[in-house]
Amino acid sequence: MKDSISKPIPRVDAPAKISGEAKYIGDIRFKNQLFAKTVRSSRAKAGIVSIVKPELPEGYFIVDKDDIPGINRMRTVVSDQPIFAEEEVNYIGQPILLVVGPEREMIYDIISKIKIKYRDETPIFNLDEAEEKGAVFTEYSYSKGKPEAAFQDGLKIIEDEYHTGLQEHVYLEPQGMAAEYRDNTMFIYGSMQCPFYAEGALKDVLGWGSDRIRVIQSITGGAFGGKEEFPSLTACQVAVASLKTGHPVMMIYDRDEDIICTTKRHPSIVCYKAGLDRKNQVIALAIDIKFDAGAYSGISPVVLQRGMFSATGVYNFPHLSVRGRNFMTNNVPSGAYRGFGAPQTIFSMEMLMHNLAIKLGIDPLDYKIRHLLERGEPTCTGGKIWDEVKLPEIIEKVTAMSDYRRKIQSNGKYKGVGVALFLHGCGFTGNGEQLIKGKIILKKNGGTVILKVSSVEMGQGAETCLRKIVAHTLLLPMEKVTCETIDTGLIPDSGPTVASRTTMIVGGLLRQASLELKDRWNESDNIEVSRVYRHPDYLRWDNDTFHGDAYPTYSWGANVAEVEIDPITCEIDVKKVSAVYDVGTPIDETTLTGQMQGGIVQGIGWATVEVMNPSKGKLKQHNLTDYKIPTSMDIPEIACEFIENPYEFGPFGAKCAGELPFVGAAPAIAAAVSNALSVPIKNIPITPEYLMELDKHED
Amino acid sequence: MKIEFVLNEKKQVIQVDPVSRLLDILREDFELTSVKEGCGEGECGACVVLMDGKAVNSCLIPAGNIEGRHILTLEGFCKTERYKIIEESFLKAGSVQCGFCTPGIVMSTESLLRENPQPNDNEIRDALSGNLCRCTGYNMIFEGIKLAAERGKGLW
Repeated sequence: MKDSISKPIPRVDAPAKISGEAKYIGDIRFKNQLFAKTVRSSRAKAGIVSIVKPELPEGYFIVDKDDIPGINRMRTVVSDQPIFAEEEVNYIGQPILLVVGPEREMIYDIISKIKIKYRDETPIFNLDEAEEKGAVFTEYSYSKGKPEAAFQDGLKIIEDEYHTGLQEHVYLEPQGMAAEYRDNTMFIYGSMQCPFYAEGALKDVLGWGSDRIRVIQSITGGAFGGKEEFPSLTACQVAVASLKTGHPVMMIYDRDEDIICTTKRHPSIVCYKAGLDRKNQVIALAIDIKFDAGAYSGISPVVLQRGMFSATGVYNFPHLSVRGRNFMTNNVPSGAYRGFGAPQTIFSMEMLMHNLAIKLGIDPLDYKIRHLLERGEPTCTGGKIWDEVKLPEIIEKVTAMSDYRRKIQSNGKYKGVGVALFLHGCGFTGNGEQLIKGKIILKKNGGTVILKVSSVEMGQGAETCLRKIVAHTLLLPMEKVTCETIDTGLIPDSGPTVASRTTMIVGGLLRQASLELKDRWNESDNIEVSRVYRHPDYLRWDNDTFHGDAYPTYSWGANVAEVEIDPITCEIDVKKVSAVYDVGTPIDETTLTGQMQGGIVQGIGWATVEVMNPSKGKLKQHNLTDYKIPTSMDIPEIACEFIENPYEFGPFGAKCAGELPFVGAAPAIAAAVSNALSVPIKNIPITPEYLMELDKHED
Repeated sequence: MKIEFVLNEKKQVIQVDPVSRLLDILREDFELTSVKEGCGEGECGACVVLMDGKAVNSCLIPAGNIEGRHILTLEGFCKTERYKIIEESFLKAGSVQCGFCTPGIVMSTESLLRENPQPNDNEIRDALSGNLCRCTGYNMIFEGIKLAAERGKGLW
């Protein structure tokens, strides 16, 4: 008998990881390889006046901007960051040159003798300064209904402002990349999410076609967005170094370097003007979103778009205007991080609704329920909620699991409970999927099938889930279905491993191709079936006006968090998180539960302990001693359940999953803290210092 | 200086700088790459090995301190029956995602179960407090360890 697709199977990548045989990039050695170490800017904003280089011992090299055969820019959404700095530097940690050679001790010795003379300029360090100076990279806006007229219509106006902080990914495996130039071809090996992003960047920097470039993913030790666009930079650097030296070049970051110079989650400020009618219903809402993009724009425009298109969360406000701006500062560039701009705006939205409810003397959950989106209603961008919304069922389940209704009544001082409702847009934002047109190939070879996709395993379970979709369709055992090596020379571009798109979009293509292969199975021993993504016909999107269906569909969730606050130290102890999700159909319950558990704990970190403060452009936290992430001692009991709500175009009904759990944790915890202390929470991380300040104001 | 120690049950004599890190000796000289470097300062536990049966961060152990000691890495431990139990329990419980922290966690698990074959929840949490994991959120690792303790009754 056929088992349900959701029934867990052992992960295919786990045995080699448990035994320690799995080779990450830092575990690999090339014959005659050289090591590379980056020399970085010590200034937040300066002109480079001169670089004095010492005489180099034989076999050692300096690689910089002058060694780049093509364009000295990293290709991404906005290709504005140089691979190696030219006449100026714009953040502390910006790469200027590499020192390359066989012995690391000697490399450090050479680096200590390089003298860089700067001409300092006036930097910008935060959003307020950037706004004052008009340092804007990107500005977008959209509206729905008639917000201006609505605000004139005698509504009660309430204004509010919310802040979220920097967050570092802390994938356990630091960034690592190697290049080997041989046979007239550049081979790149490394820890990455998006091999074709790296290939594109290498084409620009080397000035070559893809026929001379092979990007090969090594086993990747965590990513969370941190290995989305950043590895394009290091891939280009080691490629240029290998071209110059004629040797394979290996560059592995240590933790300090990784924290100092890699991308982070965008700090945000979200301001609201809410217009309430006589029944205290929010009728009109103006949202102003500000993200600190750091020194280069890079991928930030799309992060801002997702933040803006998620800005109303699970609610329907008839009249809406949303403005979003990415600001330029001289902080380390912000980039992709699980949730991609949405966690910031949904945290703020959830806390606005919570704080409004408290102010109005209404139960926060009841107040939220009064505003919920329903099927057939317009999305914030004037698209349509096409599919069934099971939020009422989700809410019923999560409140029952957590006994929320009783606890919100009975919780005393320093003990609190809070609820957050949320969604996540599945797949690329706007017309992203139509632009990239992901492609997959299935190849039957006798009794076995090979999947050719560019979606990578990075810890999330992609390899297991994608193989399972094909094996389950073809009724083959898992070992008969394998994945081609992630090598841009051997696989089609199914798009990057981002935006919770792997299972739904790429898995969806694999499901269609498997069904065709199943029909044609007896035709021959060698059959190749391919598929190219096609957007469902009923979806509309105008990328100039931001009008229409920003996402093909949505996944949904609710979290209830329970906290206790230490009355003396103000430290938050998260006791329990109850979570219910609608991700369509779970492809593998254990793998999916792993995503949910891990996402919640990252969210707890963002909400509570993960403090990262730049001081004059320099991060005060630069290692795992001063930048804390949750440990085994910090985490709560987590109860996690799924509601089935199959999506027509997802494989077996699956929708997006990986980012969703991150989105819900922080607002649930903040609401619980608010409940415990009877104070409005408007900033994360919720540090003891912040709570003590609030307490003073309350007194 | 010359140092004698036992590595994965085999006697070794090496010539090293006494301040070089055990982590580098294991990875570079013996190519034992299950031992990972996640932070280099004793915070993350990716480089945990057993020294005379106790879990230590190999990035914090200078070569001079291993004289006469027994060092066990995952390459040595993975041949044991106890390892098999941990492996099947971790597989079943979904304790592994990106895997970079996993070797250190397997070694911390072995160290815990040697001392305390039937640990309770708090003892498991405490034993893993030196191992950071960014993927799983830990609960499914706790489950894996509980399962191993149960399935491996009598082995530890």
